[in-house]
Parts: sequence; structure tokens; C-alpha cells
Amino acid sequence: MFRNNYDNDSVTFSPQGRIFQVEYAQEAVKQGSVVVGIVSKTHAVLAAIKRNAEELSSYQRKIIPIDTHYGIALAGLASDARVLSNFMKQQSLASRLTYARPILLSDITARIGDRAQTNTQHYGKRPYGVGLLIAGVDARGPHLFEFQPSGVTVECVAGGIGARSQMARTYLERNLDEFENCGREELVKHALRALKDSLSQDKELTVENTSLGVAGMEENFKLYEGEEIAGWLETTFENKAEGETGAEGGEGMEVDT
Amino acid sequence: MNHFPEAWGRPRDEIYGAYNPTYLPSSLGGAHQPTTRTQSPIVTGTSVLALKFSTGVVIAADNLASYGSLARFTDVHRLKPFNKRAVVGFGGDVSDMQYLDRLLNSLDVEENYTSSTGDSKQGGEEGLVDAPLMSAKNLHTYLAKVMYKRRTDFNPLWNALLIVGLDDQSQPFLASADLLGTTFSAPSLATGFGAHLAQPILRRVVPNEAASRELSREKAVEAIKECMKVLFYRDARSMNEYSIAVVDENGVELSENEKLENQSWAFADRIKGYGTQVV
Repeated sequence: MFRNNYDNDSVTFSPQGRIFQVEYAQEAVKQGSVVVGIVSKTHAVLAAIKRNAEELSSYQRKIIPIDTHYGIALAGLASDARVLSNFMKQQSLASRLTYARPILLSDITARIGDRAQTNTQHYGKRPYGVGLLIAGVDARGPHLFEFQPSGVTVECVAGGIGARSQMARTYLERNLDEFENCGREELVKHALRALKDSLSQDKELTVENTSLGVAGMEENFKLYEGEEIAGWLETTFENKAEGETGAEGGEGMEVDT
Repeated sequence: MNHFPEAWGRPRDEIYGAYNPTYLPSSLGGAHQPTTRTQSPIVTGTSVLALKFSTGVVIAADNLASYGSLARFTDVHRLKPFNKRAVVGFGGDVSDMQYLDRLLNSLDVEENYTSSTGDSKQGGEEGLVDAPLMSAKNLHTYLAKVMYKRRTDFNPLWNALLIVGLDDQSQPFLASADLLGTTFSAPSLATGFGAHLAQPILRRVVPNEAASRELSREKAVEAIKECMKVLFYRDARSMNEYSIAVVDENGVELSENEKLENQSWAFADRIKGYGTQVV
């Protein structure tokens, strides 16, 4: 009786002009755990909350290094992210092989955008159920791109996708002006604070559930997990009150490298 | 098994006429020639010379396209600028050069198309705009792959290429690629007859990389012009009009109708033993 008749496939518009399959796919992104990304003039960072199915199980991977100069963070269906990341790895390698140059982030983002868009236009296909943040450094400097299942891609200074990511985005918006001139350590701390803000009351950032990816002008993209990030977690939240008010978060630390 | 249609109940000749074999290859009585590949170049360009100097590279090639030993076309420009940072010089088959030129043009269109997507905000800033521009090194890698692919298909592009310009670090770049997909790099390079006649002279000017870093632009251009003259003296497929290009930080400076100056044929009457001459 209340069945929606216009969501059987991704090629049928509803009378209101909506394509429900695409909207459902975007809903899948919102179910995924939160990931954030920020760029400064010199660095690009990704930070993510990893989830585990049960207490004794391992955590689902959230950040995937693609090429030496960039990586992605995913929110949504991990299996769709696998398809896209394999495609991105292949394209990145092809660029290095045929032209001897690392692929531009704007270029690779446009390619997966096109690929995702065709999925929304063919009968029998479905949109990808995953959103991505693509961050790294190319010939034009540090970049961050956001990718949506609809095929929409946007370049941003900072961004967050996934469950409760609105809280992270609020933090990022409040500190937007600072990011440009942030050093590496400061940028990581901003990312962790944004991540922390989107967490529910009973949860906390730990070395087990937090994942970080950093790329810089003189630094390849590297994934940091486990004990490697213990230092950052400690220094970021030791002055918790100050960190959460946001505005003066950057001061008092001169670990800027 | 007999695959011929006669053995498979084909309509009888006396009713339907003889079988029409024209669609078959000639080995089966058809009209089709076997597919063939380039066995030798037809219309050819001769040597290309290039020399690295302290801030850039100079490259030259004459404007002649020969049909065998006939000097058939005298206005063929064999230096093709790719962008502000790279020039390609073509020796060998001219039709294959034209194919590669079209390939490079479409590559250039593609490059400018993709590089304008995404971040237009950096468009205004100097330096950042140039960064994604394809360097001579990128171009050389690409062309070498194209040449190697074609030779692997047993259908080579019959050219010897010199790719000159600036690399990713804006340092002078000079490398060659040929019909086999072979690549080579040196402070001075010459293709064709030039490899025998001009390369020794160029090597006297720049014996090694260190020497090319010391070489001035004027000296480099002078050396190349001298070599073009020597080639005109001794290479029977050469011509006294040529193109010369200099690539450096300021971009490409291409001149396509230079003429050889101060020729001296005083050595000529001592040459004996060619053509109808007997003694």
C-alpha cells in the first residue's frame, strides 16, 4: 500500500524528479563510520574511525593508500570501495608507466566520478554505496576531494562524511581559516579533534579504532595505525577543554615541523 | 577436415553459377591481398641533431623530405613543438611523422582538457600553473611506449625521434626513441647520418654532462649550425634550408626557414671516385 514504486532501479525518475536508488546509496554512506580530511598549504591528512563487528574481532580498514602520493578514506560499503580503489590503483600505475608521472588528484577523482555516474544511468547497474575522501599531494600541491555515489565530486579545504559527520563538519567550519597555514602536526590534531567531535558520548578515540593518513610536499602518503598514533592522541587531548572549544586549539603547541 | 564450401552441400554450380571467391584471401583464389606491414620507409627525412646547454636544449633538422634519392619536398618541417617545454624532432618516414604529429596534437588537447578540470582557483598563481604541464621527460616516456607497442605489433613507426625540452625539475632534457622502441640519452644526440658525421663534432663540444652544464646558448647554437653545414656537405639526402629550435625556461623559440651560411666547397675538388668520374 505504501510501497514506493519508483525505487526499483537507478534509471527511473519519481514524479518528483528524484532517483531513489541514488538516494539510498547516499544513505549507505551516512551509515558508514566517520572520516575527515583537511589540507594545508603543505600537507593533506585523512582521519577515520574504524569499526569492529564485535569486541574480539578486528577492525574494518578505513584508509587505503593508493599510490605513493595519495590515499583514500571511505565511508559506506567497503566492498564497493575495494572496486574503486583497485581501479584507482590501476589508473595511477598506468599514469606512472606511460608518462612517468604521478597522476593528478583532480584527474583520478574525475575518472571515478565518471565511472560512478555511468552506474546511475544504465538499467541493471546500481550506484556505488560508498563515499570517498581522496587526499594527497600532486604536481599542483596538496589536495582533498570528496566523492559521492551520485558521481558528484568536489574539491575542499576540509570535509567529513559518514555517520554523525555533521558534528565533525561543524568543528571544521569553525576552524576553517586556520588550516591553510597549519603545520603537519597541527593539521593532524585538527583532524583528530574533528573526528572526536562526531563521536557519541560513550565512545572514545583509541589506538585501536583510529586511523590516520598523512601526505606532504616532501613526504609520501603514509598510513598510521596502532601505536604509531598513540603520541598524537595523547598530545591532542591532554588539554581537552581547550581542544573542544576550537578557536584557540592550535595555540600552545609548537611542535610545528 | 575439408573446410571448403564445396564439401558442405553448397548450391550446385550449374544452377547458381560458380562460387564467388572474391571475399577470400588471394591464397584461396580471392581478391584480397594479404595484410602487409611497412617493410621500409618511403618518403624520408634525414638527420636530426640536438645538443644540451646550461639552461636548455637546441635542436635542428633540415626541411627536406626525400623520395628515395629524389629531393621530393623541400618545405617539410620536421621539428614539432609540443608545448612550452618540449619539442620533438623526426627523422625517417614522413607519413609516420604525420601520424605521430596528429597523435601528439590529440594528446595535447586531452592534456589541456583534463588540466582545466577541478581546481580553477590556482589558475591565477604563477608557477603552479606550469607544474602540471607535460614535461619533455613525460613526453619521451609516452612516445617510447608508442614506438615499442608498434614494433611489438610488427608494424613499426619508421622514425628516429629526438625529444628535447625541460624535465620535471626544469632541467634540460634530451633523449631519443626509435622504431624499435629503443631509448637513449646523452648531452648530444644525432639520428641517421648525423650519428656518424655530426655526433663526433658535438662530442668534442660536450664530452660529458658536466661540459654541457657549462656550455652557453650561443656556443650550442653555433655548434649545431656548424654540424648542419657538415651534413649538407657530405649527406646526399640533405638540404641547405633547415629548422632550428631552442627550448629553455622562456619557452620554445622555433625558426623554420634558416639557410646555411658561409659555405666553403674548397674541399670538394679533392673528392674522387663517385658517379661518372673515372680517375
